[in-house]
Amino acid sequence: MEFFVILLSTVLVNNFVLVQFLGLCPFMGVSNKLETAIGMGAATTFVLTLASICSYMVHAWLLTPLGLTFLRTISFILVIAAVVQFAKMFIEKTSPLLYRVLGVFLPLITTNCAVLGVALQNTNKAHSFTQSALYGFGAAVGFSLVLVLFSALRERLAAADVPVPFKGAAVGMITAGLMSLAFMGFAGLV
Amino acid sequence: MIDLLLTYPIISALVALGGLSVFFGAVLGFAAVKFKVEGDPLVERIDELLPQTQCGQCGYPGCRPYAEAIANGDAINKCPPGGQATVNNLADLLGVSAPTLDAEEGADTDVKKVAFIREDECIGCTKCLQACPVDAIVGAAKQMHTVIADECTGCDLCVEPCPVDCIDMLPVATTVKDWGWQMPKPAKGPHIIATDKSVPQDHAA
Repeated sequence: MEFFVILLSTVLVNNFVLVQFLGLCPFMGVSNKLETAIGMGAATTFVLTLASICSYMVHAWLLTPLGLTFLRTISFILVIAAVVQFAKMFIEKTSPLLYRVLGVFLPLITTNCAVLGVALQNTNKAHSFTQSALYGFGAAVGFSLVLVLFSALRERLAAADVPVPFKGAAVGMITAGLMSLAFMGFAGLV
Repeated sequence: MIDLLLTYPIISALVALGGLSVFFGAVLGFAAVKFKVEGDPLVERIDELLPQTQCGQCGYPGCRPYAEAIANGDAINKCPPGGQATVNNLADLLGVSAPTLDAEEGADTDVKKVAFIREDECIGCTKCLQACPVDAIVGAAKQMHTVIADECTGCDLCVEPCPVDCIDMLPVATTVKDWGWQMPKPAKGPHIIATDKSVPQDHAA
């Protein structure tokens, strides 16, 4: 039950993009096409889950015993960079097409603040191993969910009759704001 | 050893970060060997979709060089033998919207054409035989040539070398086997539904 609450909380109630405003760069950047958004969501899910597990291990088994918790931010950055590089090699081997579609956004997962945010929040909330993994996975699912929803909206916006001053990014920003407003409705669910 | 690490946090910090870096370096080094990518697999997959007529109408010496050019960002609509079907397949593979076949590269895009030799004018020079990339022309020196219509890709390459201009490109007649419904035309006038996809390309950002 507790695990279900963590998932529900990260996916809907405390959604990393629309409620905590982390990871906005890929949210605006990769949401032009639905297929790209799905690929990006999958890649981020892979990286985020792995990164939160690894950073938990580094924090609990290396930094805490040595009394080095003040080093956590820089170690987490190291962990995330390594995991992203690993994911990049893995995707290049298994799906060259996805690799090409994601392009520069794949290395940019390194600087996705949602990834670092999840790792830091895991230590702040003193999560256990399973809780950390679930928290990372839930955050990634929430990120993918809003990314896919938003890209579907933007595909429709591309064909809509938008007033000239609002064309392109402007109407995208407004749509993102409205989506964020809609996600406020989940507040208090957990 | 542990005492030393705990009394001097700077040493333990250096050891911890150094050890972490070495560990991740080793993992990545292993992954680089394990997931080594030979060549660009995308080129292979593009090459598979091209018709392999090696006709050179795209401006490249053959299908594989064109596949490499596409992988490096060239336009995908330069292959008349493949027709619109190939353009659509390439667009699916690359995840881009399908452009129409380049009119300059292959005019009369919609109608599939085959070469036809006006046989009473043919002098049997074999020049069109040598030009044909798919061996769709049969004949011998001083003998009349003819085109195997099923094999012809409509690439136009035999028209140019013919000294007596006896080769025509004829549209293939529609038969019961390949007839299909016409695609519906997009509605004219104001868009009633916002999802109508009949927008000009420059709107679809």
